[in-house]
Amino acid sequence: MTCPPVIRLEALDKVYQTGEVAVHAVRGVALTVEKGEFAAVMGPSGSGKSTLMNLIGCLDRPTGGRYWLDGEEVGALTKSELSRVRNQRLGFVFQGFNLLARTSALENVELPLLYSPHGHRARELRRRSREALERVGLADRAGHQPSQLSGGQQQRVAIARALVNEPALLLADEPTGNLDTRTSIEIMAIFQELNRKGMTILMVTHEPDIARYCRREIVMRDGRIVTDRPVADRLEAADELAKWRGTAMEERA
Amino acid sequence: MKFTATWTIALRALRRNPLRTGLTMLGIIIGVAAVIAMVAIGTGAKAEVAASIEQKGQNMVMVISRAARSGRVHLGGDSGVALTKQDYDAIRQEVAGLAGATPEVRASAQVAAGNQNVNTTIYGVSEEYPAVRAWRLERGSHFTETDIRGAAKVAVLGQSVATNLFGGGNPVGQMIRIQHAPYEVIGVLRAKGANMMGRDQDDLVLVPWTSAMVRLTGETSFRSISVQAESAERIPEVVEQITTLLRQRHRIPEGREDDFLIRNMQDMLEMATSTAQTMTILLGAIAGVSLLVGGIGIMNIMLVSVTERTREIGVRMAVGARSADILLQFLVEAVVLSVGGGLFGIGLGYGTAHLVSAKFGWNTLVSLDSVALAFLFSAVIGIFFGFYPARKAAGLDPIEALRYE
Repeated sequence: MTCPPVIRLEALDKVYQTGEVAVHAVRGVALTVEKGEFAAVMGPSGSGKSTLMNLIGCLDRPTGGRYWLDGEEVGALTKSELSRVRNQRLGFVFQGFNLLARTSALENVELPLLYSPHGHRARELRRRSREALERVGLADRAGHQPSQLSGGQQQRVAIARALVNEPALLLADEPTGNLDTRTSIEIMAIFQELNRKGMTILMVTHEPDIARYCRREIVMRDGRIVTDRPVADRLEAADELAKWRGTAMEERA
Repeated sequence: MKFTATWTIALRALRRNPLRTGLTMLGIIIGVAAVIAMVAIGTGAKAEVAASIEQKGQNMVMVISRAARSGRVHLGGDSGVALTKQDYDAIRQEVAGLAGATPEVRASAQVAAGNQNVNTTIYGVSEEYPAVRAWRLERGSHFTETDIRGAAKVAVLGQSVATNLFGGGNPVGQMIRIQHAPYEVIGVLRAKGANMMGRDQDDLVLVPWTSAMVRLTGETSFRSISVQAESAERIPEVVEQITTLLRQRHRIPEGREDDFLIRNMQDMLEMATSTAQTMTILLGAIAGVSLLVGGIGIMNIMLVSVTERTREIGVRMAVGARSADILLQFLVEAVVLSVGGGLFGIGLGYGTAHLVSAKFGWNTLVSLDSVALAFLFSAVIGIFFGFYPARKAAGLDPIEALRYE
């Protein structure tokens, strides 16, 4: 049995009507992302990549074309059905982490479970959140609030939150935009590890260095995909981190 | 999403900002406390009024002369015939169903004992006064029919007069001077305290009405005559008899109004309690306004909080919250604020009522009705004032909310 592609877009359009002027943010995009891919979406600002991400993320609805997520056509779903799709099939990671302040890491991770239609018991919530935190290596920080965590740790909590409902697709919008190089590579290491275990990841970035950790590179311009190719000189985050450690040791010596 | 999840979400959100939660609640706390305390004071006053009227004497009927004067001013509209000694005797002899009767004459006078002296009111009354007015003596005894007949110079002191003249000592058997005439103190009345108008009811001296008329007022008529019916059921009958008797004696033709007023305690009780009821409603209404202001405070804070938490709402929507979930969350937050405030307010109102009782000696009564009403009202306020901000939050666009700085 062949798995349906995680993302399948056909002639997807998004037109914003602002007064008299119609803005074509996305023009007839066709795209297929198979299960287990790790793709970077790049492009200058205004190229339509954010709009495309919002459409794929079911936060917005296209004005034309069709969209299947994990085999289900979502273009025609109601607002409330889209909420359920976001909750059950998508995980979001944002540039600004977007954790709830004054709320422990564990409770932040629990958030999607609270909105789950299944209605979990308190103990089940706790167990699954703890598991998700373990996957990003933060089990020992479960009780910490965001203000007590570093930027990299906050982003890992956000990744745990995105993973907690076992989504089909992880969407990351400039996940390393607020982080230094070293921490960025750590985040990419987590993504690569998740991807190795089968997670499909779509990530928006404008840093070519970061895109090199992905397997596929999609470049957009003026609402269209202009380049779509495998990453040639792919980097392994684990290797890069080892290099960093090496430099640090040399400096100390 | 399950019901418990909504509660978890809302309570966690409130817990994240305890200061704001507390301050928002404060408006409702004060509003509810004000309603409870004010209604308690009003209800207490009503109970006190009822008690003070009842303590004037059970089954008492009062006949007041329309010709009675207050100072030099005629109280009655027309020059009616005063209530005379003969009227009093006729009532005592001819009206059936009486347990007792006393006339009343009043005079202001200076009363002295040793080197102490006080200005007080002298009441000329009969030997049945303590029974009719349900006012027992603390010590000594009341004067007798013989004292009345002989216009004896004996006096029964009110508690305040006794204290002012004799300090802690026993006045019974001592001599006092009323307008320079010597009287023997034969008894002291029990303390009654202030009446509902705040007048000290113990500031008086009782003397036989005969003595008062002869030696103090020089008048020949009574201000009023109080009688006690044998039972409450007989009151209408007694009133009827007295009316007929007095109309006859005063030769009032058919169709003319009485030249006297008859008040029975039942009527006065109803009148006074309805006045107190009006006061309670007024106090409660004023306090209700503060509760309303507290509700508007909730709406205000919730609206600010929706703006402030726009990003949070965006995140919630991104991870799968439906508009309905957001609406419910904010609504539950508002209701928790108002109902929580209501509960604290009930406690505070209860405490305030007790404090007022203890500090000012006012009678207060926290009624279950007012507690239930204030609680219900605060919950309704939460839903009402929480709805608009909640709808605003639920109507946010997730993309814009996430982008909100």
